[in-house]
Amino acid sequence: MPSLTLLGQSVVSGLLAGGLYALLALGLSLSWGLLRLVNLGHFALAFLGAYLTYQLGTVGGLAPWTAVLLILPLFFALGVGLHAVFTWFRVSEFTSLLVTFGVTVIIESLIQWYWTADFRRYETPYASLSFRLGPLYVPALELLACLTAAALALGTWAWLRFTYVGKALRASAEDPAIAAAFGVNHRAQSFLLSGVAAAYAAVAGGYIALISTLAPSQMWAWLGVVFAVVIIGGLANPIGALFAGLLIGVSESVTMAVVAPAWAPLVSFSILIGLLVLRPGRA
Amino acid sequence: MSGHSRRVAVGLVAAGLALSGLPALGLPAFYESFLFLVFFWVSLATSWSFLSGYAGYFSFGHGAFFGAGVYTTATLTAGFAVPFLASLPAAGAVSALLAVGIGAVVFRLRRLRGELFGLLTLAITFVLATIVLNTRIDGGPGVYLSAVPLPRLVASPTGTMYLLGLALALLSVTIAYAVTCSRLGLGLFAIHDDEDVAEVKGVPTFRYKLAAFALSAAVAGVAGGIYAIYVSYVTVGETFAITVPLYVVLMSILGGARHWLGPAVGAAIITASLYAFTGGNTAVLGRAVVALALILVILLLPDGVVVAVLARARAWRRRDAAPLTVPSPEAPPIATSHALRAAPVVASLDSGTAREGARAAAVLVCEDVWRAFGGIRALRGVGLSLGGGEIVGLVGPNGSGKTTLINVISGHYSADRGRIALDGAPLAGRPAHAIARLGVARTYQIPRPFGHLSALDNVALAATFGTEPCALVEARAEARTWLDFTGLGRRAMALPGELNLHERKFLELARALAARPRVILLDEVLSGLNSAEMGSAIDLIQEIRGRGTSILFVEHVMRAVLELSDRIVVLNEGEVIAAGRPDEVMRDPRVVEVYLGKTHAA
Repeated sequence: MPSLTLLGQSVVSGLLAGGLYALLALGLSLSWGLLRLVNLGHFALAFLGAYLTYQLGTVGGLAPWTAVLLILPLFFALGVGLHAVFTWFRVSEFTSLLVTFGVTVIIESLIQWYWTADFRRYETPYASLSFRLGPLYVPALELLACLTAAALALGTWAWLRFTYVGKALRASAEDPAIAAAFGVNHRAQSFLLSGVAAAYAAVAGGYIALISTLAPSQMWAWLGVVFAVVIIGGLANPIGALFAGLLIGVSESVTMAVVAPAWAPLVSFSILIGLLVLRPGRA
Repeated sequence: MSGHSRRVAVGLVAAGLALSGLPALGLPAFYESFLFLVFFWVSLATSWSFLSGYAGYFSFGHGAFFGAGVYTTATLTAGFAVPFLASLPAAGAVSALLAVGIGAVVFRLRRLRGELFGLLTLAITFVLATIVLNTRIDGGPGVYLSAVPLPRLVASPTGTMYLLGLALALLSVTIAYAVTCSRLGLGLFAIHDDEDVAEVKGVPTFRYKLAAFALSAAVAGVAGGIYAIYVSYVTVGETFAITVPLYVVLMSILGGARHWLGPAVGAAIITASLYAFTGGNTAVLGRAVVALALILVILLLPDGVVVAVLARARAWRRRDAAPLTVPSPEAPPIATSHALRAAPVVASLDSGTAREGARAAAVLVCEDVWRAFGGIRALRGVGLSLGGGEIVGLVGPNGSGKTTLINVISGHYSADRGRIALDGAPLAGRPAHAIARLGVARTYQIPRPFGHLSALDNVALAATFGTEPCALVEARAEARTWLDFTGLGRRAMALPGELNLHERKFLELARALAARPRVILLDEVLSGLNSAEMGSAIDLIQEIRGRGTSILFVEHVMRAVLELSDRIVVLNEGEVIAAGRPDEVMRDPRVVEVYLGKTHAA
């Protein structure tokens, strides 16, 4: 049995890693739940964002937050553009999965073509910055990522719940025909939402660039866990995604500490399978 | 064997013979290796389509079954010195068992359809990979298989692998063709379109899905076993990578996942085009080009290349042929020997004897049937009986429980309490397909035909899974007679989407009749028809009764109810409030109150 400190440390790093899961899951959950599009391309966009942050930082000398601010509007436009394709072809929920897989492969190939398949590390002075909380180490960047995830989740929740646009989006997801009959302009709002989801990918990408080592094929490594987070959290439920991310993060990191690092994937996917099979009622 | 299947058999045998001669030509090993990869992907993609293409249960877990096969062969040959060829059946069996285990849990859950099934199977792949990685099956460093002795089918090892790959590819395509021509295939296609209706029409959906899943996994497992020896060094990272499930899905979609040859064509196209781009930087851009091509195909040819080409060819042929003499090329041959049994004996009994027969014995009996949905008690102790050849009209206001009763009798919902019996055999607790086979058929108020099946196959499905199960060829012959009976003979090859409401209502009737049921439950067959159509429908119902079939008849059109019914049962808020001869019941003050309000009842 590992010491209490080790256990505490693994809970802390699990929470922080979970924040990043939640950050990635947020955009995916929104487009799946409210637009009925399963967007695999979200991972590719996040990695494109990460590489752009890296490029602007190492070559352009821009600080990461400046870089992300520049990337955000670009990604918003990218999201809107992709959504225009989906709307034009009336892509169904399932077809969207296949089409966005293609999009992901294209973006992955482009990244690999430009930045090669080598691992890249974005060295920043604050990468190793951390502070002590009693006996526990808290890395500053990962804490910031986690706080960003929490803030975005809360903000998105409030946006969906209290604004007209949010309510209209939820109504359209429930029944597009009825919502349209009440004067909801679903088209305009769905473009807005796709733009926002893509911008979330850019934010997640910025943190991925700062925290982890980059390689084009790494985007597939996130896929399974983040989908688990999305489903466990409930579609179009930002707060759910946040907590599901933290849950998966902690369970993985405790498994790593208590059993062995290689067993970690078993936990998140077993949670997912268990929930899918046992949860009554909800789709 | 029909002409079409003979041509396919000849084609497959010819292709097999021609391709198996290739090693004798002494070409460079490169060709054998390349074609081995094509065969490998043909086998995997085709096997994937058994469940996911035909029944529409998209699996992203094909890598799990492939991987189970890889590691079964690796463990048996490297660890236990089992001969390579002997390990292949084991590889198939382990994968099939895994699929049966997963399916036995997952296929019972109605909500795990669509993309949730896909993600679940993907998650299972990751779990399996983690277990293999962390146990002695692999343990981390991978398994070397280069020392495993190869059987010498031909002189060169690549030639041997080539022949094994060819054999498996031919086997999987043959299975695909056999399945799509069988009852199993028709049942799976129906599950794809509307699983609940398929079950009610007599398709044992759970067993069929399980069978398709096991078959699919078994072929993938054998493919894995062969591949393990081909690469001679297996690792968890490579084996369970996302590549296998995604390529398999894309190949099948590209070629046409619902066509027996579609996945094979898709696999050949993608393998060849990926190969064209190997080496250096072009490989990276080549992948992007392939991905872009896939996006375009999925958006522009959603049914796949094979189906699109066939449709184009058919349209072309039709334009050349004289318009009046086109029997659709897919029209199945009709077995004349069967036509005798299927010829409907129209109205040979006069209605008087039918009414006498009604008194003889109750065919369908419901006693004290209860059913609640949450707090809503839809049926509260309903009792009714239906005699042989009798027509009972079931009336009542909207929400009184009429359709719920039909759903409970046909087994779509289970009763919370009470007894339902057909010819004395209890129905409660039986799955819907078993009830259909015993002789209960129903129609849907809003027609629910299988959208991708022709009118003929919609009816043939009901016949082949009905009370007198028969082979598909006979069922199609029988279906023709029922389409003629309902006046849809000329529309046999039309898809349901091309039929108008009146025709679709009659298609519902033809489907119910083709099952040769003891009892037909008609749910508002007349609603939405104009008065001429209604007249022909009423005549049809009379004819059906003339053949001795009992009818329970939910209807709002009072003229028809009074004209057709021997007895009327009135439901209100889930309870029977009146039952008896039409003229008696319609005078019952409680019935008048329910229909017209209290003041008129006095």
